[in-house]
Formats: sequence, C-alpha cells, structure tokens
Amino acid sequence: MPTIGVNKADLYKELGKEYTRDEFDELCFEFGIELDEDTTGVEEPAQLKIEIPANRYDMLCFEGIAMNLNVFLGRQSMPNYTLKSPPSGQLETVTVSKDTAGIRQYFSCAVLRNITFTKARYESFIALQDKLHQNLARQRTLVAIGTHDLDTIQGPFTYEALPPDQIKFAPLNQTKEMTGSEMMAFYDKDKHLSRFLPIIRDSPVYPIIYDANRTVLSMPPIINSNHSKITLDTKNVFIDITATDKTKLEIVNHIIVTMFSQYCEEPFTVEPVKIVSDHNGETRETPDLTPRATQASAAYINSVCGLAESRESLCDLLKRMCYHAKPSTTDDDILEVDVPVTRADVLHQADIMEDCAIAYGFNNLPRNFPTTRAATAAALPINKLADIVRLESAMAGWAEVMPLTLCSHDENYAWLNKPDDNKAVRLANPKTAEYQIVRTSLLPGLLKTIRENRRHAVPMRIFEVSDVAFKDPALERRSRNERHFAACWYGKSAGFEQVHGLLDRVMLMLKAAFVTREDGLEGAAGVAGARYWIEGCEDPTYLSGHAAAIYLQLGGRKEAQRIGTFGILHPTVLKRFELPFPASTLELNVEVFL
Amino acid sequence: MPGTRGPVPVPVQNGDRDLTLQILEAVDENASVKTSETFPNASQTEVKAALDRLASRQMIEYETDDSEEVVLTGEGQQIVDEGSHEFKVWDAVRKAGRMSLKDQALATPSAKVGQGNAFKLKWIKKDGDSLIPLTDSVTDTTREVLQYVAEHRALQNPRDLKDLRKRTLVTTQKIITYDARKGPRWARDIPVEVTDLTADMLADGSWKTANFKPYNFKALGEQSQGVGALHPLNKVREEFRKIFFNLGFTEMPTGRFVDTGFWNFDALFVPQQHPARDMQDTFYVSDPPEAGPPGPDPEADAALNAMEEEDRDEEDSDPPTRPTQQPTKHLDYAQYYANVRATHQDGAFGSIGYRYPYNDAEPRRLVLRTHTTAVSTYCLHRLAANPRPAKYFSIDRVFRNETVDATHLAEFHQVEGVIADYGLTLGGLQGFLRRFFKKMGLVGLKFKPAYNPYTEPSMEVFAYHRGLGKLVEIGNSGMFRPEMLLAMGLPEDLRVYGFGLSLERPTMIKYGVNNIRELLGHKVDLGFIEGNAAVRLDKA
Repeated sequence: MPTIGVNKADLYKELGKEYTRDEFDELCFEFGIELDEDTTGVEEPAQLKIEIPANRYDMLCFEGIAMNLNVFLGRQSMPNYTLKSPPSGQLETVTVSKDTAGIRQYFSCAVLRNITFTKARYESFIALQDKLHQNLARQRTLVAIGTHDLDTIQGPFTYEALPPDQIKFAPLNQTKEMTGSEMMAFYDKDKHLSRFLPIIRDSPVYPIIYDANRTVLSMPPIINSNHSKITLDTKNVFIDITATDKTKLEIVNHIIVTMFSQYCEEPFTVEPVKIVSDHNGETRETPDLTPRATQASAAYINSVCGLAESRESLCDLLKRMCYHAKPSTTDDDILEVDVPVTRADVLHQADIMEDCAIAYGFNNLPRNFPTTRAATAAALPINKLADIVRLESAMAGWAEVMPLTLCSHDENYAWLNKPDDNKAVRLANPKTAEYQIVRTSLLPGLLKTIRENRRHAVPMRIFEVSDVAFKDPALERRSRNERHFAACWYGKSAGFEQVHGLLDRVMLMLKAAFVTREDGLEGAAGVAGARYWIEGCEDPTYLSGHAAAIYLQLGGRKEAQRIGTFGILHPTVLKRFELPFPASTLELNVEVFL
Repeated sequence: MPGTRGPVPVPVQNGDRDLTLQILEAVDENASVKTSETFPNASQTEVKAALDRLASRQMIEYETDDSEEVVLTGEGQQIVDEGSHEFKVWDAVRKAGRMSLKDQALATPSAKVGQGNAFKLKWIKKDGDSLIPLTDSVTDTTREVLQYVAEHRALQNPRDLKDLRKRTLVTTQKIITYDARKGPRWARDIPVEVTDLTADMLADGSWKTANFKPYNFKALGEQSQGVGALHPLNKVREEFRKIFFNLGFTEMPTGRFVDTGFWNFDALFVPQQHPARDMQDTFYVSDPPEAGPPGPDPEADAALNAMEEEDRDEEDSDPPTRPTQQPTKHLDYAQYYANVRATHQDGAFGSIGYRYPYNDAEPRRLVLRTHTTAVSTYCLHRLAANPRPAKYFSIDRVFRNETVDATHLAEFHQVEGVIADYGLTLGGLQGFLRRFFKKMGLVGLKFKPAYNPYTEPSMEVFAYHRGLGKLVEIGNSGMFRPEMLLAMGLPEDLRVYGFGLSLERPTMIKYGVNNIRELLGHKVDLGFIEGNAAVRLDKA
C-alpha cells in the first residue's frame, strides 16, 4: 500500500479543524485509510504519513486526501470538473505516428491553463507523478507522464517513434545534447532512472514527442527535455501521457488533471487536447471528464449491508463518497449513479454498495450471527491420519519440529549423498540460495534443526509429519504434495534401534503387523490387516549395512510397496550438516495408510 | 552438585572418611563447632551438603557466618619466615660493620625497599659511599604484625590493613563458616533410613517401623520425564481447528504447494499487473515450466467427497437450509476460464472489468501458492455444481518471496475460512468474526474498510490488546467479489464470506515471541518446544 506524506498543518487547515492524534486516527479508521506516522517533533514542518488503499489513485496526493476527507465529512461537495477550450477556440493538437505502435502506442494529453503553483503545490504535483509511476503505472512500464511549460513550446505536436540515434536533445537538468543511445549509456548508472531504461533500450525505435519546431518535449518513458521543463513560475502546463495500457492511460490523465485543476484561474477546468491517431482508431479529444453513468440496486445494497434505507438516504450516503446519485424515475429499486472520473476503482455495484457501508459506518451496521448450516463439519482425512502419527510419536517421547519447506538443492541432494532424481520443484526467482527447491525429503529440515540445537542435551529425538512435493507432469499443477513422517535420533551412539522402535510403535498404532520378509513375500492370503516388514538395503544417505527399507502390504493384497527407509546416517552426511555425533533417521510416506 | 538437590540427599565422601560422620563426632565433643576451624581442608560445598543432610533430620542445627579474613601473600609469608626487608638490610650491614653502596647484596628490589625503611627507622646511615649501622638491636615490627596475621588470620590493629595491602604483604578473603551444634533430634549415628516405599516393605510389614528419609520440599521433582512434545505452533493450529469444527466447518484439501497463476490470482480477480504478482513478492516455479489448463483436481475432489459422505445419512432427518439433492451440474472448466478472462479484459457479470489485454500465459505460470485462498477458490467453484450453503476452512503453509527478518519468513501458515450462503450480510460477517475471535479471548472487535482485489467489501479486523493498550490488527475479511463468484457459475444470491489471518502472528502476540524465526523453521530452540505450555486460547 502506498504511503503519502502530507503537511500536517496544511491538511488540518484544509479540513477546518486541528485534530488530535486520536481524532485523526479515528477519522482515518472510519474512512479506510491509516495514519502510519505523525512526524511532529521529528521533522519540520510536521508530516502525516498516511497509508492509502492500493486502488485509490485519487488519494495519492495531498489534494486528493483533503478532497476525499472533506467530501466524506460533508464539508464540501464533489467538484464538477469541466472542459474549457482556450480563448482562441483552437485546441492544441498531437498527431500520433503509427510507428509508435511497436513500442508504446497509446497517447493522451491535457492542458492546465493559468495555473498558480506554490512551492507546496509544485512539489505535490511532482510527487503525484512519481506515485502514479510507481503504482498504477507499474514503474512506468504501463504508463509514463511528462509535464511541460506550454509557453516554451509550440504546437501542433507529434508523437513519433524513431531510431535512437536520430533522437537528440538535452535531457532534464542537463545542458549537453545527447542521442537516444547516448542517454542509455549516460543514465545506465543513475540510481533513479536506470531501472526504467530496459523498457525501451533494445527496441529499434524509441518513443519521442516533438513540437512544431522539432523541439523535443520528452522521450517517454525515460525523461523529459530540459527545454520544456516546468518551474514554479509556469502558468500553462502541457501534460503528455504515453502508455501500453489504454485503460490506465486515461486513469492517469484523469487523476492528474482533477487533482490540480483546482489551482487554475478558473478552478476545476481543464483544457482538452485533440489527438490524431487514425491508424489505431484512437483519434479523439482528451481528457473526457464525463462521470460514468451506472446503476445500483437499492435492494441489493440494503440486503448486503443489512439495512433498510430509503433510496434517498442511500443517495445521501453515496454523496459522501464522491458519487452523484439519485433514485431512478422509471424503476423503484434502481439508483442512477454517476461515478466521477476520479473513482477508477469502482467496477461493479458491489463497490458502490461498499461505499454506502463505509459512509454508514462499518461499525454502525447491525451485527448478527449467520445461521448458515453446512452439511458437514469434518477434518481432512490426511490431516486426521497425520495427527495420529504426530500424537503417537510425541507420546513415545519424541519432540515435534517444524522446519521450512524450501531448501537449497545441496541440502536436499548432495548433502544426503543423493543424486538429483529430477523430481524436485525448482524456484525461478528466490532471493537467497537457501531457497532453491521445494524439499522432496523431510531429512534436511530435521538435520538443520539438530545443527541449530547442538547445545541441547543429547540424545535428541525429533520428528516431523509434513508435506514434501514432487513434480508430476500428469497433473494440472505439474506437481503434488506427499505427506511424510520422519524422525531423527542424535546422540553419542547412533540409535538405530531407537528409530526402529519408533517405526514399530507407529506401525502398531496404525494397525500394521510386523512380519518377516519371507512371510510377507509368501503372500497375504487370508490376512485382513496391513503388514509390514523391513529388509536391509543400500542407500548412500546411510552407512553401508546399516540401512533398512520399509515395505507395507495393505490388507488382503499380495503386492507390497516400499514406503520408506531408516538407518544410521553416513558420516559424510553428518559432516555436511556439521553434526559431530552419530544419528539415525527414519522417513516414510504416510499417505499409503489413507 | 551432589547432596543439595532432590528428595534424598546423597552422602558426601571426603577422602576415606565420611565428612558427615566427622561433623557428628565434632558436635558430640564440642558444644559449638566452627567448621572453618575444625575442617579447614574440606570444601565449603561439601561441608554445607553434609550439614544440610544432618539439619534436615534435625540432628544438628547450624548458623552461617560470613566473615572476612586476612591472609599473607607470598611476600608476607617470606617476611614472617626471614624477617622484614629493612631488618635484613640492617642485619647484613651490622654483620659486615660497613658495607659499600655498590655491594651486590643491596642490588635487589627488596633490598632497596629495606634500605629506605632502615634509613627512616634510623637503623643505618650513609657514611661516604658506604653504609654503617646506627644501633645494635632493633625490633622488627613489620614481622611481628605479620606473625600475628599468620596466627590469627586477622590484624591486631585493623587500621594497618590498608597499608599492608598496598605493600602487597597481606590480602583478604571471604570465608563462610558454619557454627554447628546439637539439634532437637540429636543422635551420635545416622539412623538407618529407607529412601522409598518398596514392594518388599509392603510384604513384610517393615514399612510400619521404617525410618523414611525426609523429602526435600524445596527442590523440583524428577526432571527427566522422557517427554515428547508437540510443536507450539501446531498446538495453536489444533486450537484453531477445534474452533472451526465447533462452528461446523469442513477442512479443505490444501495438499498443493505449487499452484497455477489461474487459481492463485486470475480466478480471484487479481489483475495480471497487480503488484502482488511481481517477482519480488511471489515465488515462481522454473521447473516444471508451465501449468496445464484449469480442470478438476481428482485428489482434492476425492477428499471433499469422502468428508461430505460422512454426513450424508443425516440429511433425511435434519435437512439443511436448502435442499442439497439438486441435480449436480457438470462443471465446465473451459467456460469458467472464458468467464474469468472476459471479466478481466472486457468486463462481465455487471462489472466493467479491468479492461486490459488478458495474457493467456499468466494463468499457466506455476507459483508457490501465496495464499490458501487459491484452494478456497477451487472449493467454491466446485460448489457451483450443486450450489448450497457451505463452511470451509484450512490452515496450511503459504509462500512469499520476502526478505527474511524478525517478522517475515518466506513461508508461514495461513488460517482461512469461507462461508457460503444465501442472503449473507456484512453485519453477519462481523457477528461471526466476533464469535470466532472471542473463542481466543479477543473482544471489542472493530472493522476498518480496506482494499483487497477479490473481496468487496473488505474489512480489516482489529481487537483491543490489553498489553499494548491499543487496537491491533488481527485479521482480514470480506465478501468475495461478484466478478469472482459469478464467473464460477454460482447463483447471484449466494454470497460468500472470506476471512483469514496468519497462524504465526497471534501466536507471537499471545506468547510474547518477538522473532518469527524462533517459532517456525530449523532455528527454533528445542527447549522452547519441550517447555512451551499447553495452548489455551480462551485463557487470557
């Protein structure tokens, strides 16, 4: 969620009240924003750091926060934003070249006439562009904004796409002219701008905006020209917006002009610009500030909120959330709702319903306990089974541990003397080498737990019943979890019999009878219950001759399946996990008992 | 430390002879025995253990006396043996009659000190470049003072201490001495004691006359109980599961760490450009490379069917709010995918949608699930085959590509519940959550409007925390968006609550754990696991 810093004194002045911390906290709580920090005493002038919901682009600046809270408090009504042509009657024009289609095809524009900047307003104007670039514009990939002093440039304008070496201008705050390619090199190490370079760097053409005299306005989404930069004294602001996403293009335009048109000589007026973009059917005048007309059902709103408000009173609630709403004259359930262009977050009548609930007060809604009766209340079978193993192991004197699911490739394979069997799910973008794959065995976690507890008295007896994951190309998710049970004995002697005894105990509790391998192989004719046996096996994780495989034969079945192994860990494994004492481990798949 | 702990004091051996017996003998012969004097070579610990053994039987009584004694340093002892430095210088000069200042005997540091002192005492004087005696006999006061210390371990005149200490001739040490005498149940010998009641004693009746060793009520009992332990986090998880079962919830099949972009994001109406889908926040899977198209998960369906089967019999006698025996609709996954796609790209089901070009590769990307809501989504879609009220929950692991710190791990547990029913209200969700959280002792709930791409309204849940004296966020909740539910094919009037919290956060608050790594993962202290009290969420 974005956090916006606003001048405390200015905001309280705008809200017409000196709030105490608690009072302002409460106002934020009711509205759905959050006062993160009050820097009084830390910073001059004092700031309020306010957290804004990620979809409220209309609150990313001081002006928007003040306006929304004032409307919510009933101190002002939602402004009526209007378009106003210049005195000449002649709109500025931008012609979009079809060459831009391959790199950044959408263009939008607006002019703010006779604006009065102060230092605070100017800084807010710049900060809003930054916030929009970061959030909605996804680091300028989707949308980029350029603002210019209109009195330094001359329309009509063109938006083109040219090879980088044919572009040459002095970028913002630089005096030297550079080509597009030179700028890529120049800004390559720039802390702020370098991260945007990849958006266009490898494209054969770069987006570029020119005025009638071929003066560059900007090379979106990287940088504006120094020539047309705005200052505190700028009177007329030309705003260019380029995008790869048509919807977000207009949202950005709307937010900027609605937030700052209040500082124009005639407040809340915006001068439209004509865009000529015939090749993609985007020829039009921007911005279009007409509120979106939609409908909402009063019955639906009342039903979800648990209220029985009249349509008029619902309309009053909506007014406090910046809507203009009135009861329909043709349908006695419908509200005719105008959604202002600032409220890009409103997609469905559910959003309108929520705003009614906020205006009414979430904590004023009538509460009840829902009488829902579901057909079933049940535990997941695999969890029931796992709980049996967990409880029996704990009762047998072993301590349950919960290591992580993600581990390094080495921990899961090389450190256990295991070759990569290509069964593990690999991560594409881990932040550290600690997390490379999803474990296919519980052993690495157990051994790391012992390692971190080396100062604990020995013997240590620990276990875990949890999921590992394997690749499985047959499934939609191309992988599946498997519930495993694993235990580790660590002490001055290896404790082979200890893990063996735990296996026997758990098997007894799962009603599997111990048999010899020979009896098992002879078949299970007439045997009702499950049977298990163990036989020596060679497994590189374990010391040669000190490992056993566990076989399970389910009731009445002839075939048996190998469900796990146990044994004395190989000394090289101990060394890798930095364990000075011997250890024995056990691991088996418990899902077979489902 | 033997003999000081446990119900049965262990006899302490001192060389060949039992120190306990020696004390008995000494007390028998003297009205009062000072242990430091009587047993100067026995360690204080052994003496104390032996005294306690006798005192616990009231055979003796004793008092502890802490005092300081003065002892000689090596140099001090040497003076006692040979005389002071000044004495030795005077003595040498006297014997020689005249001694050159360059004489080797005067070159040692102690001789230099002695020479100075002997001048001051007017025992010798300089004559040219030689020394000559001034007197025939002297009194070596330093030696006498130190001889007194050697005998009495104290100074005759305590004011000398500072000076002697400075001259490093004496030092002090703390001594604990015990003053022992006969007690009310004095006896010359320790009576034969039995340590425990045995089967033999019951059989032969000797228990009636047996002299039982007294029990030490100040010590803990046997500590090696051969204990096993469940992990504290799983103990909290178990409490949550009980609460859910009590409230009539069914546990969802969450056995899929790897999920698809479709189930984890797109089906939840999370736009493809949402920050949560960034590489910095979500673990993407490189191998396997790509998911299959959305479809049924047979394993999950089998588990859900098995659980629902359990209660099938009851339907006749106690029907749920809506008939469940409606014809089961075929779930058309291709249609579902098309609906989701349309809702994002073009708008549908009364929504204008996000209006961006939908990328069909995104839902095929494999991720480590960032929330178990991916599973809830699957279960809710399955409900569309036979829409009915339902209550589902899950508690399982989720993954975030976070930078690890005291409050963030790359994996943690999410507790999630969903309730589907006709005509649900927002106040109903508040009422439910009030009861849910009350079961873990959290009251005074307040709800704050919030934003979440898949719920509208969305409410953050706060409760008053007495310890912190303020409202703290305890969970998130909301009603799933129509864009999500209607795309599944659920009826318009079936509304669905969703709520969730992490398992770790309330556990950390409840048990005062400040670092999540002390609660989950391999760095957790085994002692913490073994010693953590039973979890009783309803007890503050």
